[in-house]
Amino acid sequence: MERRTIFSGWLLPVLLVLPQLALTIVFFLWPAGQAMWSSTTLTDPFGLRSRFVGLANFRHLFADPLYVATIWRTVEFCAAVSTLAIAAGMVLAIAADREIRFRGLYRVLLIWPYAIAPAIAAILWILLLHPQIGLIGRWLNSIGIPWDYQLNGPEAMLVVVLASSWKQVSYNFIFFLAGLQSIPKAVMEAARMDGAKGFFRFRTVTLPLLMPTVFFLLVVNLVYAAFDTFGTIWAMTSGGPGKSTETLVIKVYRDGIVNQDIGSSSAQSVVLMGGIILLTILQFRFLGRRSGGQ
Amino acid sequence: MASLVLEDLRKSFGPVAVLHGIDLCLASGEMLVIVGASGCGKSTLLRLVAGLEVPTAGRILLDGRDLAPLDPAARDIAMVFQNYALYPHMSVFDNMAYGLRIRGMPKPEIRARVGEAAAMLGLAELLSRKPRQLSGGQRQRVAMGRAIVRQPKLFLFDEPLSNLDAKLRVQMRAEIKRLQRRMGVTSLYVTHDQVEAMTLGDRLLVLHEGKPVQLATPMEVFERPADTYVGGFIGAPAMNFLPATLLAGGGAVRLAWGEVLPFADGARAGAEGRKLSIGIRPEHVAVVAAGTALQIDLIEPLGSETVVIGRLPDGELLSVKIAGPAPAGEQMHLHLAPEHLHVFDAGSGLRLDPAT
Repeated sequence: MERRTIFSGWLLPVLLVLPQLALTIVFFLWPAGQAMWSSTTLTDPFGLRSRFVGLANFRHLFADPLYVATIWRTVEFCAAVSTLAIAAGMVLAIAADREIRFRGLYRVLLIWPYAIAPAIAAILWILLLHPQIGLIGRWLNSIGIPWDYQLNGPEAMLVVVLASSWKQVSYNFIFFLAGLQSIPKAVMEAARMDGAKGFFRFRTVTLPLLMPTVFFLLVVNLVYAAFDTFGTIWAMTSGGPGKSTETLVIKVYRDGIVNQDIGSSSAQSVVLMGGIILLTILQFRFLGRRSGGQ
Repeated sequence: MASLVLEDLRKSFGPVAVLHGIDLCLASGEMLVIVGASGCGKSTLLRLVAGLEVPTAGRILLDGRDLAPLDPAARDIAMVFQNYALYPHMSVFDNMAYGLRIRGMPKPEIRARVGEAAAMLGLAELLSRKPRQLSGGQRQRVAMGRAIVRQPKLFLFDEPLSNLDAKLRVQMRAEIKRLQRRMGVTSLYVTHDQVEAMTLGDRLLVLHEGKPVQLATPMEVFERPADTYVGGFIGAPAMNFLPATLLAGGGAVRLAWGEVLPFADGARAGAEGRKLSIGIRPEHVAVVAAGTALQIDLIEPLGSETVVIGRLPDGELLSVKIAGPAPAGEQMHLHLAPEHLHVFDAGSGLRLDPAT
């Protein structure tokens, strides 16, 4: 599998690496460095001068009950999105793995949501759930359930969780389908002959063999829920009503771009960067185990 | 007493017919080997009996009970799969105990049965290992153990030795035979390996393109193959076939280069000039000082024996198996002994026995 190319000079390899290196520097290293620098500064309200304040921004941040509440809200949101998206992806993959008609068609259709832009996905869900114009929203109100996610915090949370999970289900579906197909057919047949049926067979044979996939997806889904859901949430609720759907990334954007508190926003970005580094390490650990196992 | 009975068993996948009516009757404790080239339907036959596939027509009876309405688990049949199909996440013990646990067997009895099977198979030290920590032969044994602990009415073996290296295969072959004799469980064994078929089976069923061609003891299949397919399939190197025509009276044939061979066992029916195919096994061709000339083409030394492939006067290839080293020179002389000839019809390929 391993392919290696040996270059005789240094010019060509450097040229080949250069575009990627430039992208990394311009779009990652430079902004990250800037964020780290500005997280230690305090800017005056007009943005004219800034002064070095050390770790004061971080101290303020963790002393702020609103920020701590946002952390917990983000944890809840990530847990809900990951659980829902992984469970739905697994159920759909199991359903599409069986011998059914139009199996190929189902598989293609189930992958589509992944290709939809976050903002479009948000609008789709608004059109379904809006209390006045949404099909489901109007129906809920008509049967006597007071539904308005623009006013009710828990309802708003439910809506962004639904929309965010929906977008991730396709991704999980593909991995679970591949995972299911890599289980040898004979193993399932052996389980059938041993007398394992239905859910028992799933719990004792299929699920243990899918566990590596579940772990891998858990990390990927957590990263997705924590960072990639900005577009969906911002387009649907902008973190509202109140702060009921404000996750960490929304708060970074609101504090930094909307409220122009560059120092605090940068400090929050640095905290998030720490989080993503941690998750990436976890992911590499699991990826390593996936290829090393079995 | 008949143990397993198949009645006109058929299977089609869509428009493709895979099995064309198999009738079979296994005595209790018998080991029947189903042998044929890949794609002949032998694995399908096994899967039908196991209940993993549903037959298109026909019946399967085990100890007089129709298996059709029964789920694979309820059939009291255990199967050893080609790739072992062990549960990768379970220990050797759990692999063997899984089926027993599902049947709600009490724990002490499970331990006893698994322990007994493990001792029999030499797995006692490995019970806590995972399948990936085992060698191919050990995995094979675990797969056998999983079948044994169930104490089923019928064993199914689906090419269980094809993933092992040659030496281990010979060893496991003997072990399977010993085990089957000892347990006395009726068994169906599918293989494409004719040596396995000859050594393991009480009887052989030769399948060709989904049709049963011959059902007989290994020696009978070897000595009196039912048609040219069986003749060519069983025995190594393969039987030689020489085109020939029947002479008047049916007591002899004329080979392509004019040589006349009499039949040792009696005259065959048919008009003069009937097209026949004369089969003779390489080991039955005798080397003599003067006789049919063979232009030597290729020599394959096998140690104690040598296979010589050469061209007959009409240009046809003929292989000869002789004891000892290869003869010197570019030519040798042969005698096709009449008592070792197999006579087949050239058109249908069917065996032609003397008219009585």
